Amino acid sequence: MLLVEAWQFILAHPGRFAVALTTHVALSAAALGLAVAMAVPVGVLLANRRRAMLLAITAANVGRTLPSLAVLALVMPLLGTGFVPALFALTLLALPPILINTCTALRQVDADLVDAARGMGMTRAQVMRQVELPVAIPVIFAGIRTASVQVVSGAVLAAYIGGGGLGDFITAGIAMMALPQLLVGAIPATLLALGADRLFGWLQRMLTPVGMRVR
Amino acid sequence: MKWLRNNWDQVLAALGEHIVISFTALAIAFTLSLVIGILAARNDRVFRWAIAVTGFLYTIPTLAFLALLIPVVGLGKTNAIICMVSFSLMIMIRNVAIGIREVPADVVDAARGMGMRGIEILAKIEVPLALPVIVAGLRIATVTVISVAVVAAYINAGGLGTLIFSGISNDFAPKIWIGALTSCALAVAADLSLARVERWLRHRAD
Repeated sequence: MLLVEAWQFILAHPGRFAVALTTHVALSAAALGLAVAMAVPVGVLLANRRRAMLLAITAANVGRTLPSLAVLALVMPLLGTGFVPALFALTLLALPPILINTCTALRQVDADLVDAARGMGMTRAQVMRQVELPVAIPVIFAGIRTASVQVVSGAVLAAYIGGGGLGDFITAGIAMMALPQLLVGAIPATLLALGADRLFGWLQRMLTPVGMRVR
Repeated sequence: MKWLRNNWDQVLAALGEHIVISFTALAIAFTLSLVIGILAARNDRVFRWAIAVTGFLYTIPTLAFLALLIPVVGLGKTNAIICMVSFSLMIMIRNVAIGIREVPADVVDAARGMGMRGIEILAKIEVPLALPVIVAGLRIATVTVISVAVVAAYINAGGLGTLIFSGISNDFAPKIWIGALTSCALAVAADLSLARVERWLRHRAD
């Protein structure tokens, strides 16, 4: 059976499989980390500037519609092939959902809540850190969750521009019509995407302030 | 740009093919979603099951999905269209069901009071009122489908991805540029025009 053959392929090439898997995870995690490190602070900075925020949201909305493979392909003539160009493209793909969710989450924070915090003598920075961000966390994490699935999926395509990862088995499998090899790439990639979705869904619930949890 | 001047017919053919497969997939997905979405709007269990199953399909990486279908249906357009339909179902079923559920109960009651029957209420009241939300779902699905179609070129489904892949394998940048930029332009154009339709429908509803 195909599944057994796929399993035998992994047992026969444990090193190759381990490298592909770790590259895939590293590429996805690094891209997601970079995107969070950029998009969340930018969202916070734009929180009190309505026009700039609207502009950022519009730009992110356009960015979100771009096909993943097109973005990866466009990076190639500019930066060449390999891990770094793939990382760059995947980071670009992860930015829009996180930025959009950070902006909308901060904009939707109840104005009375902010007023009350200000009235209690909190500084702007304190209000952001102790009131606005905690209230916005669930929506921000929903964005990170969307981005994580997108990045794991995009990392499969990174094989086309020499980024490595599990996509290598799929492209090789298609080229040689070696069905077991297809599964060696496709099944772990699917499990990774599902795992990322679950993980960030769980983190989202854990980081939601206790008073805001839906029971 | 010289390449484009000499090969614009090839680009147009790829664009046409891209639009045709995307449209076919959307038409199938829309029909399925309308039926399942209407059932899901009435029955909470159907809703939860439909979202769980299609949500799972939606999470599978595009290329992995195409690869998993190869042992079953082989390479080509059928494979690509199954994959594209699967990716659109979650968003569209959700929006059809939520759109219909959000129709105010008194409006439905009024229609019933006027002597309308179930099917009539659905066709003349509920679906028309849910249309802005349904189109919002269609819009996201369209963008998703266009994006999947780019990847599907790798399994011989044709379309704009063909240019990208042949550019990558021949290390010929102009082909990559044209393929990638045209598919980006197509996705943005589809998104913006459906956004307009959505806005127009919302205005009409108010």
